[in-house]
Formats: sequence, C-alpha cells, structure tokens
Amino acid sequence: MIEVQDVTKSYGTTTAVDHISFTVNKGEILGFLGPNGAGKTTTMRILTGYMPATSGTARVSGFDVFKDSLQVRRHIGYLPEAPPVYPDMSVEAYLEFVLRIKNVPGEKRPARIDDALAKTNLGDKRRELIKHLSRGYKQRVGLAQAVVHDPDVIILDEPTVGLDPKQIIEVRNLIKGLAGSHTIILSTHILPEVSMTCDRVVIINKGKIAAVDTPQNLTSQLRGGQRIRVEVQAPEKQLQDLLSQIPGASRVQVSPAGSDGHVAATVESAQGQDVRSQIAAKVVEKGWPLYELRGLSLSLEDIFLQLTTDDAAHAQPSN
Amino acid sequence: MRSLYAIYRKEMGHYFVSPIAYVVVGLFLILCGFFFNLYLSDAIRASMEAQMQSAQMGMASSFDVPSEVIRAFLGVLALFLLFFMPMITMGVYSDERRRGTMELLMTSPITETQIVLGKFFASLTLYAVMLVPTASYILFMWFKSEPMPPLRIVAGGYLGLLLFGGALLALGQFLSSLTENPIIAAILTFAAFLLLWALDFGSSGASSTPEQIVHYVSVINHYQGFTQGVIDTSALVYYVSFIAFFIFLTVRSVDSMRWRRA
Repeated sequence: MIEVQDVTKSYGTTTAVDHISFTVNKGEILGFLGPNGAGKTTTMRILTGYMPATSGTARVSGFDVFKDSLQVRRHIGYLPEAPPVYPDMSVEAYLEFVLRIKNVPGEKRPARIDDALAKTNLGDKRRELIKHLSRGYKQRVGLAQAVVHDPDVIILDEPTVGLDPKQIIEVRNLIKGLAGSHTIILSTHILPEVSMTCDRVVIINKGKIAAVDTPQNLTSQLRGGQRIRVEVQAPEKQLQDLLSQIPGASRVQVSPAGSDGHVAATVESAQGQDVRSQIAAKVVEKGWPLYELRGLSLSLEDIFLQLTTDDAAHAQPSN
Repeated sequence: MRSLYAIYRKEMGHYFVSPIAYVVVGLFLILCGFFFNLYLSDAIRASMEAQMQSAQMGMASSFDVPSEVIRAFLGVLALFLLFFMPMITMGVYSDERRRGTMELLMTSPITETQIVLGKFFASLTLYAVMLVPTASYILFMWFKSEPMPPLRIVAGGYLGLLLFGGALLALGQFLSSLTENPIIAAILTFAAFLLLWALDFGSSGASSTPEQIVHYVSVINHYQGFTQGVIDTSALVYYVSFIAFFIFLTVRSVDSMRWRRA
C-alpha cells in the first residue's frame, strides 16, 4: 500500500531524513516512533505530497507521491501536527468544506459528516465555531477531517497530542477501529501508544531508521537473550574472572565498587540459558555476601533509548 | 471547477462571517458618501457661479455638473482603493500559512491554480459588493440631475474601477503569499501600491522614452481613460495581463512553499 524507497530530504545543509526505506501493508497500523526532530513529520509530509523528497521514491496505493501527487492526495487523509482548522467555521461547515475539496459528491456528504462526527465523538459540537473549542476538541476536529472522506490511507502526525487521558483512549480505540479497512501511519514519541495500537513500529532517529519490527519482536529481540544484574560485596577483578568462567555467560560488565563496597555486575547470556543459579552457587562458594540477583527485562522504553541515544550504540539495529 | 468553487465559497464565508467585510465595506462607504457629497456641493456652487457669470456676459453656461461630479468621484474612489485593498488581501495566504491550513489545501486533491483562482474571484466579489452601494449615488443623480449623467462615463468608470481594483487584488494576494505575517503582507502591499501611484505621479507629462515606459507601466494611468468614458483596448489588455501575470506569480509562489522549510 505504501512503499518508501531510499527517501532523503535535506533542507540546505541539514538532512532531515536520510535514505529511509520501509513498506506498509494494506490494513496495517504502522507506528512511527522517534524523539522530536527525528524526521517523522518530514517523512509524513513527503508521503502526503506536501513536499517533495530530495531523492528516492515513495508510492502510495501504487502512485508516485511526486509524479502523481493529485492521485495520491485523493487516497489519503492527513492530520498534520497542528490541526488545520479554520477558527471562523463551525465544525459541520468545516467538514463540509473538507469534503468539497476532497471531491466527495454532494449527496454523500451529510452521511460522511455524521459518520466522522460519531467516530470522533463530536456530535454535540457540530454547530459550534471551531475557535470556541478547547485544544482537545480542536484536535478531534482535525482527526475528523482526516477520516471524513473515508480515505484508503490515513496519516496522523501525533494524533493524541493535547488530549486528556480519557480522550487518548478514545482516539486509540478509534484508530484501532479504522485498521483493517484503512492503512494507517501514525507518529508519536509516546511509547505505550505504539505498543497499544500499532502492528509494526519504525523507530527513527536523526533521520535514519533504527529498527522496524512488531512491538513484541522488538522487545524480545532486544532483550538479547537475558541480562542479569548481580550485586555482591567482592573485589572487582576477582568477581569479573569468576563470572566470566560461568558457562553460558557471554558478556560480563563489572562496575566499580560503591562507597558501601558493593560491586554491581551485569551478565548477559544466550536466550534460554538461565545462569542465575550458577552465579548464586559460585558467589556463595567464595563466601561473598550476595545482595541482589535479578533478571533485567527491557521494555520498549529501554529499546527506544538504546536505539536513539549515542552511548548505547551497542544495541544494533535489527530489521 | 468544483474544487475552485469550494475554495471560492470558503473565502466568501470567511469574509462575511468574520468582521473583515463589514469593517472594510462600511468604512469605504462612509468615505465615499462624504466625498460624493463634497464634490456634489462644490460642483453645484461652481456651476451657479458659472451661470451667474455667463448670465452677466449673456452666454449659455457650459458647466456640466453630473459629468464633473462623477469624474471627480471615480478619481477619489481609485485613491481609496490604495488604502482599502491591502486590508482585503493581507491575510489571504499569510493567514492560511500561519494557521497551518495551507497544509490541508496542499495535501488535498486540488491544484495550486484552483486555490489561487478561487481566492482571487472571492476577493473580486467582495470588492464588487463594496462598489455596488456607490452606484446608488449615481442613480440619485440619474433621477435628480439635469442633464443626466453620461452613461458612457458611468459604465466606463465602473469597468475601469473593476479592472483597476482587480489588478490591485492580484498584486496584493501575490505579496500575501510571500509571508506568514499578515501585517508584513499589508505593509508590503501598501508600499507597492504607493510606489505604483508615485510612478504615475512622477512620470505624467513624460517626453523621453524611458519616462514613457514608466508611465505606461503605472496602474493608475490606464484608469484615467475609463473615467473619461473612453474604453481603450490597450488599457483593457494592460489590466487583464497585469492580473494574469500576478495570478501566475501567486501560483508559482504557492507551489514554491513545498520546497521551502515551513
């Protein structure tokens, strides 16, 4: 449904998006995850035909976003970062206008408006002027605008910004309800949003794709087998040697002793090999007091931080 | 065509729902009424004096009050436009850019030309609405004055006003498409109008070729003929090409927003 190949966008000397490629299948929800300024909005603007890419090609529903821009624009609904609303219009008149410029014939418009208002829970605000609505309601009007013409592809730039927790849940449910019949790309920097709504995640940082996978796979893959944290009162060097000798322990990192004389170490092991019992046995054998021994599990949050911060470069991108 | 109409409708709604139309049209009409009254009473006084003089000399008076008043009135209307048009055009594109609604328009299946033309015709309609009430002054003269105001001056004058105003609107909208700030757009437009006006001022009675070129480029110069009741083809061509040129530039400018960082 959406194919992005080797797309680059530079503004003068800065490169906002750097050779990214990914595809989205029909009916899928793809989450675009990255810190602010990672290139999420730029990518979305290229997909919607708002701005051309510097190089590379992107296709939506088989049409090139640059060469067949008008065709592409017929197939998409787009919610930019700031809801593109006219303050002087009523919600209803605004949606009517959007349907007109999306070329929806007159007889279909009333039903489409009712549908969009119901989906976004705006029924009681339909005659209000948009300028009198609160931030959250404006955001919902923006959302209604993106779905009102029933497009094949829906692109949402941070759809839950400015909403209260209850509204966020409503919007997530709305997005999930749209999946299947619509292909959706949404961007966010809120992690739980991705694991809750998306089928697949693209993690993007500094214009480059750091990872593409399902939220579940990302979590388990990057857990990298298992990591164990041990806290022992022992000489650092000896602890390092002892832990390294344990069969199955692939990587041992010992940090210097704290003021209380405790030394913390992390041990990594291959998936499916639990080395905790061996560690405990060895440490006790030496007669060192054992303060802590626990398995570390990585949340999506850790993965995100690993992938998007420079000093955690050891977490390799996996596609 | 349907998309163009959608933009047109939206713009008309914007003008008449917000106070813009009422403030601009209202102020414009107050000024018009005041100046019409002023010119009329001046002309009547002048004609009475002329009549008395000619009676003393035993000749018929040749003072044509209606033509004089209409000519002066059409002249001052054009001057008002220099001040009122920037108010109409300042927000046409800059507001859309500032609010982010340009992003909606530009990701909808609608071309830049449709956007630009829809907006241009909407502002032209607002301008026409602004002019219509001034016709009541002319009607008043039609019924009350002797001789009747010459039809060709009235018709020519209003055609000229429409073309002259259209040219200012096209130029103003182009300038509005260059910035996100409506105030800057208004100042730019006003400065451009003043410059065009000054061109005419400084180059009238020109003799050398460069001066004559400058005089030809001036927007106001071509309007003068219309107020004399002369519909000159070169003036028609001039205004139509002026409008087309700035509409073209606006289309290019809107299109170039895609390449700019916004």
